[in-house]
Amino acid sequence: MEILVCIKQVQDPDIPPRDFKVDEEKLAVIPPANVPPVINGFDENAIEAAIQLKEAHGGKVTVLTVGTDKARDALKKCLAMGCDEAILLQDPAFEGSDAFGVARLLAGAVRKVGAFDLILCGRLSSDWSYGATPLALAEALELPSVGQLQKVEATASGLRCERALEEGVEVVDVSTPCLLTVSNEMNTPRLPSVKGILMASRKQIPVWSAADVGVDPASVGAGAATLELTKLYKPVFSGTCEFIEGETLEEAAEKLALRLREDKII
Amino acid sequence: MPKDVLILAERAGDRLALVSSELCGIGRKLAGEAGGSLVALLLGGPGTKDLAKGLIALGADKVLAAESEHLAGYTNAVYTQVIDRALGEVSPFILLVTNSSIGRDVAPRIAFRRGASYAHDCTDLSLEGGRFAAVRPVYGGSAVSHVRSKTEALSVASVRAKALPPAEVQEGRGGELVEVTVAVEAGKVKMSFVETKRVEAEGVRLEDAEIVVSGGRGLGGPENFAHLHELAKVLKAAVGASRAAVDAGWVPTQMQVGQTGKIVSPNLYIAVGISGAMQHMVGAGPSKNIVAINTDPEAPIFQRARYGIVGDYKKVIPAFTKKCKELLEK
Repeated sequence: MEILVCIKQVQDPDIPPRDFKVDEEKLAVIPPANVPPVINGFDENAIEAAIQLKEAHGGKVTVLTVGTDKARDALKKCLAMGCDEAILLQDPAFEGSDAFGVARLLAGAVRKVGAFDLILCGRLSSDWSYGATPLALAEALELPSVGQLQKVEATASGLRCERALEEGVEVVDVSTPCLLTVSNEMNTPRLPSVKGILMASRKQIPVWSAADVGVDPASVGAGAATLELTKLYKPVFSGTCEFIEGETLEEAAEKLALRLREDKII
Repeated sequence: MPKDVLILAERAGDRLALVSSELCGIGRKLAGEAGGSLVALLLGGPGTKDLAKGLIALGADKVLAAESEHLAGYTNAVYTQVIDRALGEVSPFILLVTNSSIGRDVAPRIAFRRGASYAHDCTDLSLEGGRFAAVRPVYGGSAVSHVRSKTEALSVASVRAKALPPAEVQEGRGGELVEVTVAVEAGKVKMSFVETKRVEAEGVRLEDAEIVVSGGRGLGGPENFAHLHELAKVLKAAVGASRAAVDAGWVPTQMQVGQTGKIVSPNLYIAVGISGAMQHMVGAGPSKNIVAINTDPEAPIFQRARYGIVGDYKKVIPAFTKKCKELLEK
Protein backbone atom coordinates (compact mmCIF):
# COMPACT_ATOMS: atom_id res chain seq x y z
CA MET A 1 0.00 0.00 0.00
CA GLU A 2 1.46 3.34 -1.09
CA ILE A 3 0.42 5.92 1.50
CA LEU A 4 0.92 9.68 1.54
CA VAL A 5 0.42 11.65 4.75
CA CYS A 6 0.08 15.44 4.81
CA ILE A 7 1.01 17.11 8.07
CA LYS A 8 1.24 20.60 9.53
CA GLN A 9 3.62 21.93 12.11
CA VAL A 10 1.82 24.05 14.71
CA GLN A 11 2.51 26.01 17.86
CA ASP A 12 2.32 23.69 20.88
CA PRO A 13 -1.38 23.85 21.86
CA ASP A 14 -0.62 22.81 25.44
CA ILE A 15 1.23 25.96 26.51
CA PRO A 16 -0.27 27.68 29.59
CA PRO A 17 -2.89 30.32 28.64
CA ARG A 18 -0.70 33.11 30.06
CA ASP A 19 2.05 32.24 27.54
CA PHE A 20 -0.35 32.55 24.61
CA LYS A 21 0.23 36.03 23.19
CA VAL A 22 -1.28 37.95 20.31
CA ASP A 23 0.04 41.02 18.48
CA GLU A 24 -3.22 42.84 17.80
CA GLU A 25 -1.52 45.41 15.54
CA LYS A 26 0.22 42.88 13.31
CA LEU A 27 -2.73 40.46 13.54
CA ALA A 28 -0.39 37.66 14.50
CA VAL A 29 0.11 35.10 17.23
CA ILE A 30 3.49 35.55 18.94
CA PRO A 31 5.25 32.18 19.21
CA PRO A 32 6.12 31.38 22.84
CA ALA A 33 9.82 31.62 23.64
CA ASN A 34 11.64 28.33 24.22
CA VAL A 35 8.67 26.13 23.30
CA PRO A 36 9.36 24.28 20.04
CA PRO A 37 6.52 23.80 17.54
CA VAL A 38 4.96 20.34 17.31
CA ILE A 39 3.20 18.15 14.76
CA ASN A 40 -0.53 18.93 14.76
CA GLY A 41 -2.19 16.37 17.05
CA PHE A 42 -4.61 14.82 14.55
CA ASP A 43 -1.79 14.70 11.96
CA GLU A 44 0.27 12.57 14.34
CA ASN A 45 -2.72 10.18 14.54
CA ALA A 46 -2.66 10.11 10.71
CA ILE A 47 1.08 9.23 10.73
CA GLU A 48 0.47 6.43 13.22
CA ALA A 49 -2.44 5.09 11.14
CA ALA A 50 -0.27 5.10 8.02
CA ILE A 51 2.56 3.22 9.74
CA GLN A 52 0.11 0.62 11.10
CA LEU A 53 -1.35 0.07 7.61
CA LYS A 54 2.16 -0.33 6.22
CA GLU A 55 3.03 -2.82 8.95
CA ALA A 56 -0.09 -4.84 8.13
CA HIS A 57 -0.03 -4.69 4.33
CA GLY A 58 3.48 -3.67 3.30
CA GLY A 59 4.28 -0.67 1.11
CA LYS A 60 5.67 2.75 1.79
CA VAL A 61 4.71 5.89 3.70
CA THR A 62 5.69 9.31 2.35
CA VAL A 63 5.05 12.41 4.44
CA LEU A 64 4.54 15.89 2.98
CA THR A 65 4.38 19.31 4.57
CA VAL A 66 4.33 22.95 3.51
CA GLY A 67 6.55 25.04 5.74
CA THR A 68 9.85 26.71 6.50
CA ASP A 69 13.18 25.19 7.55
CA LYS A 70 11.76 24.62 11.04
CA ALA A 71 9.28 22.10 9.59
CA ARG A 72 12.24 19.73 9.02
CA ASP A 73 12.00 18.83 12.71
CA ALA A 74 8.42 17.68 12.23
CA LEU A 75 9.37 15.63 9.16
CA LYS A 76 12.35 14.10 10.99
CA LYS A 77 10.04 12.97 13.76
CA CYS A 78 7.73 11.31 11.20
CA LEU A 79 10.72 9.49 9.69
CA ALA A 80 11.84 8.43 13.16
CA MET A 81 8.34 7.08 13.89
CA GLY A 82 8.59 4.88 10.80
CA CYS A 83 7.74 6.87 7.66
CA ASP A 84 9.97 6.05 4.68
CA GLU A 85 10.32 9.38 2.91
CA ALA A 86 9.65 13.02 3.65
CA ILE A 87 9.26 16.01 1.34
CA LEU A 88 9.29 19.68 2.33
CA LEU A 89 7.38 22.17 0.17
CA GLN A 90 9.18 25.45 0.67
CA ASP A 91 9.17 28.65 -1.36
CA PRO A 92 8.79 32.35 -0.41
CA ALA A 93 5.75 32.34 -2.73
CA PHE A 94 3.95 29.97 -0.31
CA GLU A 95 3.93 32.41 2.61
CA GLY A 96 0.48 33.42 3.80
CA SER A 97 -1.29 30.69 1.82
CA ASP A 98 -4.76 29.89 3.12
CA ALA A 99 -6.13 26.35 3.34
CA PHE A 100 -7.02 26.31 -0.34
CA GLY A 101 -3.55 27.57 -1.34
CA VAL A 102 -1.95 24.81 0.74
CA ALA A 103 -4.31 22.29 -0.88
CA ARG A 104 -3.17 23.42 -4.36
CA LEU A 105 0.48 23.00 -3.32
CA LEU A 106 -0.12 19.56 -1.84
CA ALA A 107 -2.08 18.54 -4.94
CA GLY A 108 0.89 19.53 -7.11
CA ALA A 109 3.24 17.57 -4.89
CA VAL A 110 0.99 14.49 -4.87
CA ARG A 111 0.90 14.52 -8.70
CA LYS A 112 4.70 14.72 -8.75
CA VAL A 113 5.03 11.80 -6.31
CA GLY A 114 2.99 9.62 -8.69
CA ALA A 115 0.94 6.52 -7.95
CA PHE A 116 -0.55 6.03 -4.51
CA ASP A 117 -3.45 4.21 -2.84
CA LEU A 118 -4.26 6.45 0.03
CA ILE A 119 -3.77 9.98 1.38
CA LEU A 120 -4.16 10.44 5.13
CA CYS A 121 -4.55 13.81 6.88
CA GLY A 122 -5.52 14.97 10.38
CA ARG A 123 -9.10 16.19 10.55
CA LEU A 124 -8.36 19.73 11.81
CA SER A 125 -5.37 21.85 12.76
CA SER A 126 -5.11 23.15 16.30
CA ASP A 127 -3.86 26.61 15.25
CA TRP A 128 -5.94 28.33 12.57
CA SER A 129 -8.45 25.46 12.35
CA TYR A 130 -9.42 26.13 8.73
CA GLY A 131 -10.84 22.61 8.65
CA ALA A 132 -10.55 22.68 4.89
CA THR A 133 -7.13 21.65 3.61
CA PRO A 134 -7.70 17.86 3.38
CA LEU A 135 -11.11 18.12 1.73
CA ALA A 136 -9.94 20.78 -0.73
CA LEU A 137 -6.98 18.52 -1.55
CA ALA A 138 -9.39 15.65 -2.26
CA GLU A 139 -11.43 18.00 -4.46
CA ALA A 140 -8.31 19.20 -6.32
CA LEU A 141 -7.30 15.60 -7.04
CA GLU A 142 -10.91 14.47 -7.67
CA LEU A 143 -10.58 11.80 -5.01
CA PRO A 144 -13.36 10.36 -2.86
CA SER A 145 -12.99 11.45 0.77
CA VAL A 146 -14.18 10.07 4.08
CA GLY A 147 -13.77 12.33 7.10
CA GLN A 148 -13.15 11.99 10.82
CA LEU A 149 -12.14 8.34 11.02
CA GLN A 150 -11.68 6.28 14.14
CA LYS A 151 -10.90 3.05 12.28
CA VAL A 152 -9.87 1.89 8.80
CA GLU A 153 -9.51 -1.64 7.46
CA ALA A 154 -8.53 -2.98 4.07
CA THR A 155 -11.21 -5.05 2.32
CA ALA A 156 -11.13 -7.01 -0.94
CA SER A 157 -12.37 -4.03 -2.96
CA GLY A 158 -11.07 -1.01 -1.03
CA LEU A 159 -11.29 0.29 2.51
CA ARG A 160 -13.92 0.07 5.24
CA CYS A 161 -14.01 3.25 7.31
CA GLU A 162 -15.61 4.06 10.63
CA ARG A 163 -16.40 7.75 11.14
CA ALA A 164 -16.52 8.95 14.76
CA LEU A 165 -19.73 10.97 15.02
CA GLU A 166 -21.64 12.90 17.68
CA GLU A 167 -24.18 10.10 18.11
CA GLY A 168 -22.15 7.02 17.30
CA VAL A 169 -20.25 5.50 14.45
CA GLU A 170 -20.94 5.60 10.70
CA VAL A 171 -19.52 2.85 8.50
CA VAL A 172 -18.61 3.72 4.90
CA ASP A 173 -16.89 1.65 2.19
CA VAL A 174 -14.63 3.54 -0.19
CA SER A 175 -12.55 2.54 -3.18
CA THR A 176 -8.90 3.50 -3.61
CA PRO A 177 -7.23 5.82 -4.35
CA CYS A 178 -8.93 8.03 -1.77
CA LEU A 179 -8.32 10.59 0.94
CA LEU A 180 -9.19 9.98 4.58
CA THR A 181 -9.07 12.33 7.54
CA VAL A 182 -8.16 10.94 10.92
CA SER A 183 -9.50 11.76 14.38
CA ASN A 184 -7.84 11.20 17.74
CA GLU A 185 -10.08 8.18 18.42
CA MET A 186 -8.09 6.24 15.79
CA ASN A 187 -4.95 5.46 17.82
CA THR A 188 -2.26 6.62 20.21
CA PRO A 189 0.79 7.77 18.23
CA ARG A 190 3.99 5.89 19.04
CA LEU A 191 7.14 7.55 20.28
CA PRO A 192 10.12 7.34 17.93
CA SER A 193 12.60 4.61 18.86
CA VAL A 194 16.31 5.30 19.29
CA LYS A 195 16.98 3.25 16.15
CA GLY A 196 14.31 5.24 14.32
CA ILE A 197 15.87 8.55 15.33
CA LEU A 198 19.29 7.35 14.10
CA MET A 199 17.88 6.21 10.77
CA ALA A 200 15.92 9.45 10.35
CA SER A 201 19.02 11.56 10.94
CA ARG A 202 20.67 9.92 7.91
CA LYS A 203 17.75 10.50 5.55
CA GLN A 204 17.72 13.38 3.04
CA ILE A 205 14.63 15.56 2.90
CA PRO A 206 14.12 16.97 -0.61
CA VAL A 207 12.78 20.52 -0.88
CA TRP A 208 10.24 21.27 -3.60
CA SER A 209 9.48 24.80 -4.82
CA ALA A 210 6.45 26.22 -6.67
CA ALA A 211 8.14 25.33 -9.97
CA ASP A 212 8.86 21.77 -8.79
CA VAL A 213 5.21 21.10 -7.96
CA GLY A 214 3.95 22.87 -11.09
CA VAL A 215 1.82 25.40 -9.23
CA ASP A 216 1.28 28.96 -10.45
CA PRO A 217 2.71 31.17 -7.66
CA ALA A 218 -0.25 33.54 -8.14
CA SER A 219 -2.67 30.78 -7.06
CA VAL A 220 -1.02 30.43 -3.65
CA GLY A 221 0.38 32.73 -0.96
CA ALA A 222 -1.26 35.66 0.81
CA GLY A 223 -2.43 37.25 -2.43
CA ALA A 224 -4.54 34.24 -3.39
CA ALA A 225 -6.29 33.99 -0.01
CA THR A 226 -10.01 34.68 -0.33
CA LEU A 227 -10.53 36.06 3.17
CA GLU A 228 -8.68 38.91 4.86
CA LEU A 229 -7.99 38.96 8.57
CA THR A 230 -9.34 42.21 10.05
CA LYS A 231 -8.96 41.59 13.81
CA LEU A 232 -7.19 39.17 16.13
CA TYR A 233 -7.37 39.26 19.93
CA LYS A 234 -7.54 37.12 23.07
CA PRO A 235 -11.05 36.71 24.46
CA VAL A 236 -11.61 38.28 27.88
CA PHE A 237 -13.52 36.46 30.61
CA SER A 238 -14.85 38.29 33.64
CA GLY A 239 -13.53 35.81 36.21
CA THR A 240 -15.90 36.51 39.13
CA CYS A 241 -15.83 33.07 40.70
CA GLU A 242 -17.15 32.96 44.25
CA PHE A 243 -15.26 30.32 46.20
CA ILE A 244 -17.47 28.41 48.63
CA GLU A 245 -15.62 27.43 51.78
CA GLY A 246 -16.43 25.61 55.00
CA GLU A 247 -14.89 23.96 58.05
CA THR A 248 -14.75 20.81 55.98
CA LEU A 249 -15.15 20.11 52.26
CA GLU A 250 -18.41 18.33 53.06
CA GLU A 251 -19.73 21.51 54.65
CA ALA A 252 -18.65 23.56 51.62
CA ALA A 253 -20.44 21.06 49.38
CA GLU A 254 -23.66 21.46 51.36
CA LYS A 255 -23.36 25.25 51.20
CA LEU A 256 -22.92 25.03 47.45
CA ALA A 257 -26.09 22.95 47.09
CA LEU A 258 -28.03 25.46 49.23
CA ARG A 259 -26.69 28.37 47.21
CA LEU A 260 -27.67 26.78 43.90
CA ARG A 261 -31.13 26.11 45.34
CA GLU A 262 -31.46 29.76 46.50
CA ASP A 263 -30.44 30.93 43.02
CA LYS A 264 -33.08 28.54 41.61
CA ILE A 265 -30.39 26.91 39.46
CA ILE A 266 -31.35 23.48 40.81
CA MET B 1 -25.25 40.54 -8.08
CA PRO B 2 -26.72 37.49 -6.32
CA LYS B 3 -28.36 38.45 -3.04
CA ASP B 4 -29.85 35.20 -1.82
CA VAL B 5 -28.59 33.16 1.11
CA LEU B 6 -28.68 29.35 0.95
CA ILE B 7 -28.56 27.28 4.13
CA LEU B 8 -28.01 23.55 4.44
CA ALA B 9 -30.49 22.39 7.08
CA GLU B 10 -30.06 18.99 8.71
CA ARG B 11 -32.26 16.31 10.15
CA ALA B 12 -31.81 14.94 13.64
CA GLY B 13 -33.69 11.67 13.28
CA ASP B 14 -37.37 12.47 12.83
CA ARG B 15 -37.12 16.20 13.46
CA LEU B 16 -35.16 19.17 12.24
CA ALA B 17 -31.85 19.67 14.04
CA LEU B 18 -31.96 22.58 16.47
CA VAL B 19 -28.88 24.05 14.79
CA SER B 20 -30.88 24.33 11.57
CA SER B 21 -33.12 26.80 13.34
CA GLU B 22 -29.99 28.75 14.33
CA LEU B 23 -28.92 28.78 10.65
CA CYS B 24 -32.39 30.03 9.67
CA GLY B 25 -32.08 32.89 12.17
CA ILE B 26 -28.74 34.19 10.89
CA GLY B 27 -29.56 33.35 7.26
CA ARG B 28 -32.80 35.37 7.47
CA LYS B 29 -30.87 38.33 8.91
CA LEU B 30 -28.17 38.28 6.21
CA ALA B 31 -30.66 37.81 3.37
CA GLY B 32 -32.75 40.68 4.75
CA GLU B 33 -29.74 43.00 4.90
CA ALA B 34 -28.72 42.09 1.37
CA GLY B 35 -32.26 42.44 0.04
CA GLY B 36 -32.46 38.80 -1.04
CA SER B 37 -34.34 35.65 -0.13
CA LEU B 38 -33.50 32.88 2.30
CA VAL B 39 -33.44 29.50 0.62
CA ALA B 40 -33.09 26.33 2.71
CA LEU B 41 -32.00 22.92 1.49
CA LEU B 42 -32.81 19.70 3.33
CA LEU B 43 -31.48 16.29 2.31
CA GLY B 44 -32.46 12.89 3.60
CA GLY B 45 -34.39 9.66 3.29
CA PRO B 46 -38.12 9.15 3.71
CA GLY B 47 -39.93 11.91 5.62
CA THR B 48 -37.63 14.70 4.47
CA LYS B 49 -40.30 16.58 2.47
CA ASP B 50 -42.60 16.79 5.47
CA LEU B 51 -39.84 18.04 7.74
CA ALA B 52 -38.72 20.56 5.12
CA LYS B 53 -42.03 22.45 5.46
CA GLY B 54 -40.98 23.35 8.99
CA LEU B 55 -38.17 25.49 7.59
CA ILE B 56 -40.69 27.94 6.11
CA ALA B 57 -42.04 28.67 9.57
CA LEU B 58 -38.44 29.26 10.66
CA GLY B 59 -37.94 32.00 8.05
CA ALA B 60 -37.10 30.34 4.73
CA ASP B 61 -38.77 31.89 1.66
CA LYS B 62 -38.10 28.81 -0.38
CA VAL B 63 -37.24 25.26 0.67
CA LEU B 64 -35.59 22.68 -1.53
CA ALA B 65 -36.31 19.17 -0.33
CA ALA B 66 -34.16 16.35 -1.63
CA GLU B 67 -35.74 13.09 -0.52
CA SER B 68 -34.22 9.86 -1.70
CA GLU B 69 -33.13 6.45 -0.51
CA HIS B 70 -29.64 7.49 -1.70
CA LEU B 71 -29.63 10.21 0.96
CA ALA B 72 -30.88 8.13 3.91
CA GLY B 73 -27.29 7.42 4.93
CA TYR B 74 -24.65 10.12 4.56
CA THR B 75 -21.82 9.80 2.09
CA ASN B 76 -19.62 12.71 1.09
CA ALA B 77 -19.84 11.86 -2.61
CA VAL B 78 -23.64 11.80 -2.96
CA TYR B 79 -24.35 14.72 -0.64
CA THR B 80 -21.71 16.87 -2.35
CA GLN B 81 -23.28 16.15 -5.75
CA VAL B 82 -26.80 17.06 -4.63
CA ILE B 83 -25.77 20.18 -2.68
CA ASP B 84 -23.51 21.47 -5.44
CA ARG B 85 -26.28 21.09 -8.00
CA ALA B 86 -28.75 22.98 -5.77
CA LEU B 87 -26.14 25.67 -5.22
CA GLY B 88 -25.82 26.08 -8.98
CA GLU B 89 -29.57 26.53 -9.33
CA VAL B 90 -30.00 28.97 -6.45
CA SER B 91 -26.82 31.03 -7.13
CA PRO B 92 -26.65 32.54 -3.63
CA PHE B 93 -23.86 34.84 -2.44
CA ILE B 94 -23.63 33.02 0.87
CA LEU B 95 -23.91 29.29 1.66
CA LEU B 96 -24.18 28.41 5.34
CA VAL B 97 -23.80 24.95 6.84
CA THR B 98 -23.58 23.72 10.42
CA ASN B 99 -20.20 22.74 11.82
CA SER B 100 -21.49 19.15 12.07
CA SER B 101 -20.13 15.85 10.79
CA ILE B 102 -22.06 16.53 7.56
CA GLY B 103 -21.70 20.31 7.15
CA ARG B 104 -17.95 20.45 7.74
CA ASP B 105 -17.45 17.41 5.49
CA VAL B 106 -19.16 18.87 2.39
CA ALA B 107 -18.65 22.65 2.64
CA PRO B 108 -14.86 22.86 2.00
CA ARG B 109 -15.13 20.67 -1.13
CA ILE B 110 -17.95 22.76 -2.53
CA ALA B 111 -16.23 26.06 -1.67
CA PHE B 112 -13.00 24.94 -3.34
CA ARG B 113 -14.85 23.66 -6.41
CA ARG B 114 -16.71 26.97 -6.78
CA GLY B 115 -13.71 29.23 -6.14
CA ALA B 116 -15.49 30.56 -3.03
CA SER B 117 -14.05 31.58 0.31
CA TYR B 118 -14.57 29.24 3.27
CA ALA B 119 -14.79 30.28 6.91
CA HIS B 120 -14.94 27.38 9.38
CA ASP B 121 -16.64 27.24 12.79
CA CYS B 122 -18.02 30.80 12.81
CA THR B 123 -19.66 32.20 15.94
CA ASP B 124 -21.07 35.31 14.26
CA LEU B 125 -21.70 36.46 10.71
CA SER B 126 -22.45 39.86 9.21
CA LEU B 127 -22.16 41.99 6.09
CA GLU B 128 -19.52 44.72 5.96
CA GLY B 129 -20.04 46.99 2.98
CA GLY B 130 -21.92 44.23 1.20
CA ARG B 131 -19.16 41.70 1.85
CA PHE B 132 -19.42 38.61 3.97
CA ALA B 133 -17.68 38.91 7.35
CA ALA B 134 -17.33 36.38 10.16
CA VAL B 135 -16.04 35.92 13.70
CA ARG B 136 -14.06 32.74 14.09
CA PRO B 137 -12.35 31.49 17.25
CA VAL B 138 -8.92 30.04 16.47
CA TYR B 139 -6.07 28.36 18.40
CA GLY B 140 -8.58 26.19 20.24
CA GLY B 141 -10.46 29.24 21.50
CA SER B 142 -7.33 31.03 22.79
CA ALA B 143 -7.81 33.78 20.18
CA VAL B 144 -10.69 35.26 18.24
CA SER B 145 -10.29 36.25 14.60
CA HIS B 146 -12.47 38.46 12.44
CA VAL B 147 -12.35 37.79 8.71
CA ARG B 148 -13.92 39.43 5.69
CA SER B 149 -14.33 38.25 2.13
CA LYS B 150 -12.05 40.12 -0.28
CA THR B 151 -14.76 40.13 -2.93
CA GLU B 152 -18.54 39.95 -3.27
CA ALA B 153 -18.24 36.47 -4.78
CA LEU B 154 -19.69 33.38 -3.10
CA SER B 155 -18.74 32.84 0.54
CA VAL B 156 -19.22 29.51 2.28
CA ALA B 157 -19.21 29.23 6.06
CA SER B 158 -19.80 26.62 8.72
CA VAL B 159 -21.53 27.91 11.84
CA ARG B 160 -20.82 26.67 15.35
CA ALA B 161 -23.79 25.16 17.18
CA LYS B 162 -25.33 27.20 20.00
CA ALA B 163 -23.35 30.32 19.10
CA LEU B 164 -26.36 32.14 17.61
CA PRO B 165 -30.00 32.37 18.73
CA PRO B 166 -32.50 30.03 17.04
CA ALA B 167 -35.14 31.53 14.74
CA GLU B 168 -38.59 31.92 16.22
CA VAL B 169 -41.31 29.73 14.77
CA GLN B 170 -43.90 31.75 12.84
CA GLU B 171 -46.89 29.48 12.25
CA GLY B 172 -48.73 30.14 9.00
CA ARG B 173 -45.77 31.90 7.36
CA GLY B 174 -45.87 31.60 3.56
CA GLY B 175 -43.14 30.07 1.46
CA GLU B 176 -42.47 27.78 -1.44
CA LEU B 177 -41.56 24.08 -1.17
CA VAL B 178 -39.73 22.62 -4.13
CA GLU B 179 -38.87 18.97 -4.52
CA VAL B 180 -35.40 18.33 -5.85
CA THR B 181 -34.98 15.26 -8.00
CA VAL B 182 -32.00 13.27 -6.91
CA ALA B 183 -30.15 11.71 -9.81
CA VAL B 184 -26.97 10.14 -8.52
CA GLU B 185 -24.22 9.91 -11.10
CA ALA B 186 -23.17 6.39 -10.26
CA GLY B 187 -19.79 6.56 -11.99
CA LYS B 188 -18.74 9.45 -9.78
CA VAL B 189 -19.67 7.75 -6.54
CA LYS B 190 -16.75 5.73 -5.29
CA MET B 191 -18.14 5.06 -1.83
CA SER B 192 -21.15 3.45 -0.23
CA PHE B 193 -22.90 3.90 3.09
CA VAL B 194 -22.92 0.71 5.15
CA GLU B 195 -24.57 1.49 8.48
CA THR B 196 -24.78 3.76 11.48
CA LYS B 197 -24.06 2.29 14.89
CA ARG B 198 -25.60 4.53 17.50
CA VAL B 199 -23.94 4.83 20.87
CA GLU B 200 -26.78 5.52 23.28
CA ALA B 201 -25.91 7.66 26.26
CA GLU B 202 -27.34 6.65 29.62
CA GLY B 203 -30.18 8.97 30.56
CA VAL B 204 -30.43 12.54 29.27
CA ARG B 205 -28.77 13.60 25.97
CA LEU B 206 -25.87 15.98 26.54
CA GLU B 207 -27.00 18.58 23.99
CA ASP B 208 -30.52 18.75 25.44
CA ALA B 209 -29.68 18.62 29.14
CA GLU B 210 -30.56 21.47 31.51
CA ILE B 211 -27.81 20.28 33.82
CA VAL B 212 -24.51 18.63 32.84
CA VAL B 213 -22.07 16.96 35.23
CA SER B 214 -18.67 16.57 33.58
CA GLY B 215 -15.51 14.80 34.66
CA GLY B 216 -11.88 15.21 33.63
CA ARG B 217 -8.41 13.92 34.25
CA GLY B 218 -8.74 14.86 37.93
CA LEU B 219 -11.16 11.98 38.44
CA GLY B 220 -8.20 9.61 38.33
CA GLY B 221 -9.91 6.65 36.67
CA PRO B 222 -13.00 5.36 34.85
CA GLU B 223 -14.58 3.85 37.98
CA ASN B 224 -14.87 7.30 39.53
CA PHE B 225 -17.40 8.41 36.94
CA ALA B 226 -19.86 6.46 39.13
CA HIS B 227 -19.86 9.44 41.54
CA LEU B 228 -20.90 11.70 38.68
CA HIS B 229 -23.62 9.33 37.45
CA GLU B 230 -25.05 9.24 40.95
CA LEU B 231 -25.20 13.03 41.10
CA ALA B 232 -26.59 13.16 37.58
CA LYS B 233 -29.41 10.84 38.59
CA VAL B 234 -30.40 13.14 41.43
CA LEU B 235 -30.25 16.28 39.25
CA LYS B 236 -31.68 14.58 36.12
CA ALA B 237 -28.48 15.68 34.45
CA ALA B 238 -26.42 14.34 31.55
CA VAL B 239 -22.84 13.18 32.13
CA GLY B 240 -20.02 14.61 30.02
CA ALA B 241 -16.25 14.44 30.00
CA SER B 242 -13.16 16.35 28.94
CA ARG B 243 -10.98 15.10 26.10
CA ALA B 244 -8.36 14.00 28.65
CA ALA B 245 -10.85 11.51 30.12
CA VAL B 246 -11.84 10.31 26.64
CA ASP B 247 -8.24 9.97 25.44
CA ALA B 248 -7.42 7.99 28.58
CA GLY B 249 -10.11 5.54 27.48
CA TRP B 250 -12.24 6.08 30.60
CA VAL B 251 -15.42 7.03 28.75
CA PRO B 252 -16.67 6.83 25.15
CA THR B 253 -15.91 9.65 22.73
CA GLN B 254 -19.61 10.59 22.43
CA MET B 255 -19.38 11.97 25.98
CA GLN B 256 -16.70 14.50 25.06
CA VAL B 257 -17.50 18.16 25.59
CA GLY B 258 -15.23 20.57 23.75
CA GLN B 259 -14.01 21.99 20.47
CA THR B 260 -13.86 18.59 18.81
CA GLY B 261 -16.64 17.08 20.92
CA LYS B 262 -20.08 18.38 21.79
CA ILE B 263 -21.10 21.93 22.48
CA VAL B 264 -23.50 22.16 25.40
CA SER B 265 -25.53 25.06 26.77
CA PRO B 266 -27.16 23.85 29.97
CA ASN B 267 -28.39 26.13 32.73
CA LEU B 268 -25.84 24.48 35.03
CA TYR B 269 -22.50 22.87 34.13
CA ILE B 270 -20.68 21.15 36.97
CA ALA B 271 -17.01 20.61 36.07
CA VAL B 272 -15.32 18.02 38.27
CA GLY B 273 -11.56 17.58 38.04
CA ILE B 274 -11.46 19.57 34.80
CA SER B 275 -8.74 22.20 34.50
CA GLY B 276 -10.69 24.19 31.91
CA ALA B 277 -8.40 24.21 28.90
CA MET B 278 -9.57 26.55 26.13
CA GLN B 279 -10.50 23.61 23.88
CA HIS B 280 -12.81 22.28 26.59
CA MET B 281 -14.36 25.68 27.23
CA VAL B 282 -15.33 25.96 23.56
CA GLY B 283 -17.81 23.19 24.36
CA ALA B 284 -18.76 24.18 27.91
CA GLY B 285 -18.60 27.97 27.47
CA PRO B 286 -22.22 28.51 26.36
CA SER B 287 -23.42 27.13 29.75
CA LYS B 288 -25.30 29.75 31.78
CA ASN B 289 -23.80 28.82 35.14
CA ILE B 290 -20.57 26.94 35.68
CA VAL B 291 -19.61 25.32 38.98
CA ALA B 292 -16.05 24.04 39.30
CA ILE B 293 -14.59 21.55 41.73
CA ASN B 294 -10.84 21.22 41.46
CA THR B 295 -7.87 20.73 43.77
CA ASP B 296 -5.84 23.43 41.98
CA PRO B 297 -6.99 26.96 42.91
CA GLU B 298 -5.10 28.28 39.87
CA ALA B 299 -7.01 26.07 37.39
CA PRO B 300 -8.36 28.23 34.53
CA ILE B 301 -11.84 26.72 35.01
CA PHE B 302 -12.31 29.02 38.02
CA GLN B 303 -12.02 32.07 35.76
CA ARG B 304 -15.14 30.91 33.97
CA ALA B 305 -17.06 29.61 36.99
CA ARG B 306 -19.78 31.31 39.02
CA TYR B 307 -19.09 29.13 42.07
CA GLY B 308 -16.05 27.06 42.92
CA ILE B 309 -14.82 24.69 45.57
CA VAL B 310 -11.11 24.01 45.90
CA GLY B 311 -10.64 20.47 47.13
CA ASP B 312 -10.89 16.75 46.56
CA TYR B 313 -14.05 15.90 44.61
CA LYS B 314 -14.23 12.56 46.46
CA LYS B 315 -15.17 14.50 49.58
CA VAL B 316 -17.22 17.18 47.83
CA ILE B 317 -19.40 15.23 45.39
CA PRO B 318 -20.96 12.66 47.78
CA ALA B 319 -21.89 15.40 50.30
CA PHE B 320 -23.15 17.63 47.48
CA THR B 321 -25.22 14.79 46.02
CA LYS B 322 -26.76 14.00 49.40
CA LYS B 323 -27.67 17.64 50.05
CA CYS B 324 -29.12 18.10 46.54
CA LYS B 325 -31.26 15.00 47.01
CA GLU B 326 -32.52 16.31 50.33
CA LEU B 327 -33.33 19.75 48.85
CA LEU B 328 -35.03 18.37 45.76
CA GLU B 329 -37.18 15.93 47.73
CA LYS B 330 -38.61 18.74 49.87
